[in-house]
Amino acid sequence: MAQKKFVVGCFDDEKVLFPAVKQVRTAGYKIKDVYTPFPVHGLDHALGMRETSLHTAGFIYGITGTTTAISAISWIFTKDWPLNIGGKPHFALPAWIPIIFELTVLFAAVGMVMTFMWLCQMAPGVKKHHFHKRATDDLFVMVIECTEKTNAEDLKALLASNGAVETDIQVAEEDWWFGTYDNDNENLYKQVAH
Amino acid sequence: MHLKYESQLREPLVYGDKTYAQVTEDIVRPIEAKPSRLWYIGFFIAVSLLSFGAYSVYREVTYGIGQWNLNKTIGWGWDITNFVWWVGIGHAGTLISAVLLLFRQGWRTGVNRAAEAMTIFAVMCAGQFPIFHMGRVWMAFFVMPYPNSRGPLWVNFNSPLLWDVFAISTYFTVSLLFWYSGLLPDFATVRDRAKTALRKKLYGIASFGWTGSTKHWQRHESLSLVLAGLSTPLVLSVHTIVSFDFATSVIPGWHTTIFPPYFVAGAIFSGFAMVQTLLLIVRKVFGLTDYITIGHIDLMNKVIVLTGSIVGIAYLTELFMGWYSQNKYEGYTFWYSRAYLFSPYGWSYWGMMACNVLSPQIFWSKKMRRNVFVTFFMSIIVNIGMWFERFVIIVTSLYRDYLPSSWSVYYSPSIWEIGFYAGTFGLFFTCFFLFAKYFPVIAVAEIKYVLKRSGESYKPAFDEIEAQPLDSFVHDNAHH
Repeated sequence: MAQKKFVVGCFDDEKVLFPAVKQVRTAGYKIKDVYTPFPVHGLDHALGMRETSLHTAGFIYGITGTTTAISAISWIFTKDWPLNIGGKPHFALPAWIPIIFELTVLFAAVGMVMTFMWLCQMAPGVKKHHFHKRATDDLFVMVIECTEKTNAEDLKALLASNGAVETDIQVAEEDWWFGTYDNDNENLYKQVAH
Repeated sequence: MHLKYESQLREPLVYGDKTYAQVTEDIVRPIEAKPSRLWYIGFFIAVSLLSFGAYSVYREVTYGIGQWNLNKTIGWGWDITNFVWWVGIGHAGTLISAVLLLFRQGWRTGVNRAAEAMTIFAVMCAGQFPIFHMGRVWMAFFVMPYPNSRGPLWVNFNSPLLWDVFAISTYFTVSLLFWYSGLLPDFATVRDRAKTALRKKLYGIASFGWTGSTKHWQRHESLSLVLAGLSTPLVLSVHTIVSFDFATSVIPGWHTTIFPPYFVAGAIFSGFAMVQTLLLIVRKVFGLTDYITIGHIDLMNKVIVLTGSIVGIAYLTELFMGWYSQNKYEGYTFWYSRAYLFSPYGWSYWGMMACNVLSPQIFWSKKMRRNVFVTFFMSIIVNIGMWFERFVIIVTSLYRDYLPSSWSVYYSPSIWEIGFYAGTFGLFFTCFFLFAKYFPVIAVAEIKYVLKRSGESYKPAFDEIEAQPLDSFVHDNAHH
């Protein structure tokens, strides 16, 4: 649990947001994150994020499902309990294709969702600090973490001159904790006077 | 090079000049308001039906399958008919949410959330029938392959009925995950607007701590795309496997290779009809006519007339093959038991033909496709027709097969069989009423995303960004 100081700039238009991201980064600040109400395509590139490899994980989970199904069914039907069905082969691969396919999909989907939740650190009852309530409504909220060298007031001015409709300095917990959202005055968050 | 061209003919996906905040307001308001009297009446009816269904199931579990009018010849009757019917209805939701996502059909956004909810509830209803048809329902876990003390005696992996167990349970799980992962950002929206502590708390738990971080959105997009890619073959496989329950048998009328595509088309057909029934009510009751537009209804009616005609071709192909094969059992089933109007179940065949093949043809007319009342009426007709289809397939094939000595007397359901069916309606609508009250019935975040392309207040700005090729975009905007 570590509280840190952040400078927050809110934008209400993507057209303003993109140049602002560039300006802030050129000025040498490290943007912690931009919180948006919907996926803004290209923002991950603008922030210099790498592509996610979640889909690769999905592929690996999928083939795990395939191999689980093939190995389990073939062991059961040829070794553990071979059933004589009209003298037909015990190793009846075509008849297993439906289940092999279903398990592939099931493993891939469940595995990917679990991985997604793990990577994003999300679970029922997890609470995170929200820099602006309207980040899930209609504002694009840029958050910059302050280092000891950062002059927060300068940064605020920079954000404002780049079109931020609201700027703010907050000291907040950067990680998640267990809690609910019904009590806004939970000990981990305090707003610094403007 | 830019190939972006916007047709002048295409109508806007969202009507009116909305801002992001208005979208939130419009869609979330019903959740925050007290439910209307109509909602309470509807919910009460649904719960009453559910209770009657629960009592019917109690009778069946206590006294056995004998509570139903099934007999040795007609071993599958209303129960499996209802099972296939409900599963079929579920398919449209996945089709809208997954297949149309892959095809980049922007219009899906207005309807996908409710359609996916419909899928999940329909599959829940469907699942009840095979489970309670087992009779000794407390042994239902026997269908799961696990090392057990009975040998271990394994399930039969070569049996379509077991494929069904895997298909339906996978389908339910994947649909639920897809639906819920899409709901997370919207729950966060409800949470952050909430005025009461209880609502904040509950939606806080339900939103899993979603913040809207760019990285999370990036992963979320990747997740949705892959889940859509997985659901697309999945949805086709599920009804294919349901059709295998019939097609791999040697019963005349079932033993045909046409079943998988024919079942899938029928499933989409009935599912879209159910989506229409539900959404026409939802858009009216919650005042969402700007989001679920006449354009949506028009497009879905096009899907209905297409799939209805595919189903029609399948019926005719079956009849043709019944004659062309020169197999007397096939011929008897298709030409006497089904197509002959005065045979005992001829009425169901012609009911099916009238509802599924003939009546949807009115949707060739644009005026009819865009008429809300015609659409609502037709959506119910289509679902009656699709119920008849499953009834025809099951009962007319079973009641007179090879040996006249085993032919059955006329089968009609008992009150507890009907009660069970009514109960699943209760279950479905109870879930749907709760969904409509407590969940954002339209995907809020996705609508905002669509708004950038479709809403007049955002389009010019977005066009400029979108016209840039990726490389120059990265070059201009990214920090080096």
